Amino acid sequence: MSKRKKNIKLFEKEIVITALKQSFVKLNPVTMLKNPVMFTVLIGTIIMAVVSFLALSGSGGSLGTPGYDLAITILLFITVLFANFAEAIAEARGKAQAESLRKTREITPAKLIDSNGDITVVNSSSLKKGDVFVAEAGDLIAADGEIIEGLASIDESAITGESAPVIREAETDKSSVIGGTKVLSDKVHVLVTSNPGESFLDKMIALVEGASRQKTPNEIALTILLAGFTIVFLLVTVTLKPFADYAHTVITVAALISLFVCLIPTTIGGLLSAIGIAGMDRALRANIIAKSGKAVETAGDIDVVLLDKTGTITIGNRKATNFYMSNGVDNNVLIRSALLSSISDSTPEGKSIVELAEKNNIKVSESDLKNAKFIKFTAETRMSGVDLPDGTQIRKGSWDAVKKWSVNSNGNVQSLEKVINEISQKGGTPLAVAVNKVVVGAIQLEDIIKPGIKERFERLRKMGVKTVMVTGDNPLTAKFIADAAGVDDFIAEAKPEDKMRYIKEEQKNGKLVAMMGDGTNDAPALAQADVAVAMNTGTQAAKEAANMVDLDSDPTKLLEVIEIGKQLLITRGNITTFSIANDVAKYFAIIPAMFMVAIPGFQTLNIMRLATPESAILSAVIFNAIIIPLLIPLALRGVKYKPLGATAMLRRNLLIYGFGGLITPFIGIKLIDIIVRLFV
Amino acid sequence: MNNEIIGVIITFLLTVLIAIPLGKYMSKIFKDEKVFTDFFAPIERFIFRISRINPDEPMDWKQNMKAMVLLNLVFFFWALILLLIQQWHFWNPAHIGNMEPTLAFNTAASFVSNTNLQHYSGETGASYFSQLLIMVFLQYVSAATGIAALALLFKGLVQKQTSNLGNFYNLFLKTCTRILLPVSTVIAILLLLNGCPVTFNGPQDVHTLEGKIIKAATGPVAPMIAIKQLGTNGGGFFGANSAHPFESPNYITNMIEVISELIIAIGLVFAFGYYSGKKKLAYTIFGAMAFVFITFVSLNIKWETGGNPVINKLGIYQSNTSNMEGKEVRFGAPASSYFSIVTTSTSCGAVNSAHDSFMPLSGGLIITDMMINAIFGGVGVGFLNFFVFLIIAVFISGLMVGRTPEFLGKKIEAREVKIAILVALLHPLLILAGTGISSFLAAHNPDTGWFTNPGYHGFSEMLYEFSSASANNGSEFAGLSANVPFWNIFDGLIMLFSRFLPIIGPVAIAGFIAQKKYIPESAGTLKTEGMTFGIVLLGVVIIIAALSFFPALALGPIAEHFLL
Repeated sequence: MSKRKKNIKLFEKEIVITALKQSFVKLNPVTMLKNPVMFTVLIGTIIMAVVSFLALSGSGGSLGTPGYDLAITILLFITVLFANFAEAIAEARGKAQAESLRKTREITPAKLIDSNGDITVVNSSSLKKGDVFVAEAGDLIAADGEIIEGLASIDESAITGESAPVIREAETDKSSVIGGTKVLSDKVHVLVTSNPGESFLDKMIALVEGASRQKTPNEIALTILLAGFTIVFLLVTVTLKPFADYAHTVITVAALISLFVCLIPTTIGGLLSAIGIAGMDRALRANIIAKSGKAVETAGDIDVVLLDKTGTITIGNRKATNFYMSNGVDNNVLIRSALLSSISDSTPEGKSIVELAEKNNIKVSESDLKNAKFIKFTAETRMSGVDLPDGTQIRKGSWDAVKKWSVNSNGNVQSLEKVINEISQKGGTPLAVAVNKVVVGAIQLEDIIKPGIKERFERLRKMGVKTVMVTGDNPLTAKFIADAAGVDDFIAEAKPEDKMRYIKEEQKNGKLVAMMGDGTNDAPALAQADVAVAMNTGTQAAKEAANMVDLDSDPTKLLEVIEIGKQLLITRGNITTFSIANDVAKYFAIIPAMFMVAIPGFQTLNIMRLATPESAILSAVIFNAIIIPLLIPLALRGVKYKPLGATAMLRRNLLIYGFGGLITPFIGIKLIDIIVRLFV
Repeated sequence: MNNEIIGVIITFLLTVLIAIPLGKYMSKIFKDEKVFTDFFAPIERFIFRISRINPDEPMDWKQNMKAMVLLNLVFFFWALILLLIQQWHFWNPAHIGNMEPTLAFNTAASFVSNTNLQHYSGETGASYFSQLLIMVFLQYVSAATGIAALALLFKGLVQKQTSNLGNFYNLFLKTCTRILLPVSTVIAILLLLNGCPVTFNGPQDVHTLEGKIIKAATGPVAPMIAIKQLGTNGGGFFGANSAHPFESPNYITNMIEVISELIIAIGLVFAFGYYSGKKKLAYTIFGAMAFVFITFVSLNIKWETGGNPVINKLGIYQSNTSNMEGKEVRFGAPASSYFSIVTTSTSCGAVNSAHDSFMPLSGGLIITDMMINAIFGGVGVGFLNFFVFLIIAVFISGLMVGRTPEFLGKKIEAREVKIAILVALLHPLLILAGTGISSFLAAHNPDTGWFTNPGYHGFSEMLYEFSSASANNGSEFAGLSANVPFWNIFDGLIMLFSRFLPIIGPVAIAGFIAQKKYIPESAGTLKTEGMTFGIVLLGVVIIIAALSFFPALALGPIAEHFLL
């Protein structure tokens, strides 16, 4: 089973061709209007085209020469195309990404169960919400849905890239199935949960394709700011005409329009929607399906993250790590008893006890267990164990229960009590072992903290995100694990209502809370949280309540989501700063060029020593145009996020994009001028 | 370093030293805390009782702004009507006639808007009654309007989820009684002691050395000068303003006057720190403003003391090599340069020298200062203008660190950005469109006779006129025949728009911010203070306020410079 191809090269041939075509399609003025900055450039292009035409019949004055006017017209047109291309390539990449997911949901036959209980084979595309179909070993699941009957092992590699099959079962928290995945064994009845074209995946595909992409709140605010800048510079250029008339200075229309286009923030204006789409695309590449762009953006603002202990902070289940014997009990007796009581215990804890015993070179033979009677764990007894044929009774379980059962032990109890407390304090879970109602010792079960998780939490702390561990453990154990893993806070002995209460409490203080969940009982908390990621394996209720779905069902994915959100804002902010900082150099290129003929003293301001007024203006316009495609890779990949603390990051980004934005165009325009002067 | 420059440095340091305690005092007044001027309370209560205003009534931003506009409308009509019937005023020993209607409109708009652009000359155009009960009165209340509006903003920024911004009437009256009145009284006495006249007698006969008798205008000068400076009004008793020997007899009075111009504007920056508890933010704002201010002062002094190359080329002997054209010998070039930057940084507009005669680049700098209009700025309104840049800087830097921008624990969202950018747009719009329209008219009707100087300098004069009107500054480049109906009405409208919209906008933002949920600071929150944020702030101010005027400046002062 091959892993789904996750990384699409930045400029893949097919994508580029599609994007090139789209750049022209997007010239439609109605589409262009959505981007006020680039729309004004389009208007400028049209005006210049008219001016070039008029200049043909009689050049001179403010009309300029036809050749030069035409050059400016073409350059402005290219600027518009570049901006369209940026958006188109982001969309095309998103589409390609989505396409590889969509391929998994080709039309497949579905065994529909009708109201009479009869099975008819229909096309998967005709399945509607509420229909029930059967899927057996070898079948592809026809549509997203929930198992209402049965259990099956399913290969989800087509969606998640994970090759190990997963178990899906009705009436558990893992009842969800995705269309396009394959049933490997058994047979299930699946209730279809969405109409064709309305599944999460369909929604996500629409989002990255830009069809239903709505601007996020910060994007709207930024668009307003950019529109403001555009209006200011429109005023600056329009009024320059009467100013020059009054001062008897001739300024060509080409120079005015070039000044305008260079001053307005075309760089960020051209890349803005590409950045937004690329953000969604990055989320998709991380196998996260977001229901809206807003959710991804909000993720960047998260203050508090609720994380389940098991699976996120610790590796799945607890493991036995040590045996402690009571006074006067032989070590081997304890281990052997523990082993005998666990050999048929299929829980992960039980298996780990067997492993640990075998590590101590203690084994039991088949004959030992002949006719033995195994006692299962129940909630009432809170013990499990075995009654051997020779009458020996072995029990293991919680200390309270075992202590009560072990009526025959004398001084042993006190000595072990101390050990038990120590284990608890160290974050372990003690299991007591007793033989024939005499306590013989304890087994230490411990949570294993995931490697690398501590560093991740450190990273979150630097971002200013508070991590909260949610666990069913007692407060003592919870505190120990919380400290060891480096989380900031924990909720011990947590019930679903506790999560809800905690989220509400934090939100009351103005914090934004993120959580991940899978069970139906998580749904209210998921709905309450600002960013809620449901695991794909989770129940339908959880997925409905969440605003993102993680196809990998990886509990640490929340951290990635936050970084994607932050990256989205940072990329926008920094390219804006870069774009505006560029204006300084453009002023120094264009203003001297405009007035040099009338007032030769303006040559002093030509600090780049650009060859002629024409070459200066052309160079500025060329720089202004090519900076857009040059920044496409940055816009698509996103500015790298480093958790430095806000002020340090501002300093760093200010240096790179602010100061860099000030310097780069001086160099760029000068270099372009060196080439342009050969032709002018 | 020569004495004159040391004089400038001492003046600035003294200003800051006075501004700090004054800021603390003002923040206490805004917070209704106990202050030593509480003995005014009975008077204030009496005024509120007869005007039937409950000063403790909490009002939201809309109610407050309605109160502000209403009050100022009353002031406007008071001035307009009285100026139209000036001829019949008592206290009119010089028998000055009625004002022409468009001039009366311009004057009323000018004084209500704290601009004090004077298209009339004080000694021949206004009766003593007008000077005192219109000009001086409006100089008090217009200054108080700005300060009280800023106090509303302060309150809005620290409020949590309420629409209450305090009570404008209360803040307005207290500003008059407890800030402007006591401080201006002290200044007036200091000026009086240093030779400024105070009299209700008409023009005095003076025997000149030639044996002739001339009539020297005089009047109740000192009190008017005090509030004209303190309230960043700028409207002088005499046409020559602070260059007139009765308005500013010597270097010490010049110093007192230039300090008075700045203390409240700087004090309010510190008051913000005391009020909000964000002292570091106040220092950051002060630092950013002071950086621009000191740069401007230094460049201006450098260019003015550098002298005029045209005169130098003529080989004329000069005892003082600075550019002394249009400057008073008793002040000298550096103090005049300093005064020119102070008066254009704040929206004061008082002048102690002829800005028209400054070197082109210094003149350009003075215009730029008014184009920014937020470096300390007019009392109250300077900070309100700067707040707009602050919001934009917060927004951009918030994005740069990957978080929805927050300011003092409140999210800055589309609505706030929209208002901020609209207010920031207004100033360039009024200046550029105003200059554009008049350039167009002048270019197509060269016979209007508006300009005594054609070409680039004429353009600079026009640019100055509109910058001054839009910045509510009120100073002028001479050379423009401003008292014609066109300029009277056009300027008057610009002054009113540029006065009230930039007050309403920021207070509205504060009103919205007050209603928002407070978000406690975390490690991910960008602290909007300190050096790095200060640089972003400066960048925003320079790019929006200065760069958008660069082409206009290029055609005016910069072109003049290159043609020297």
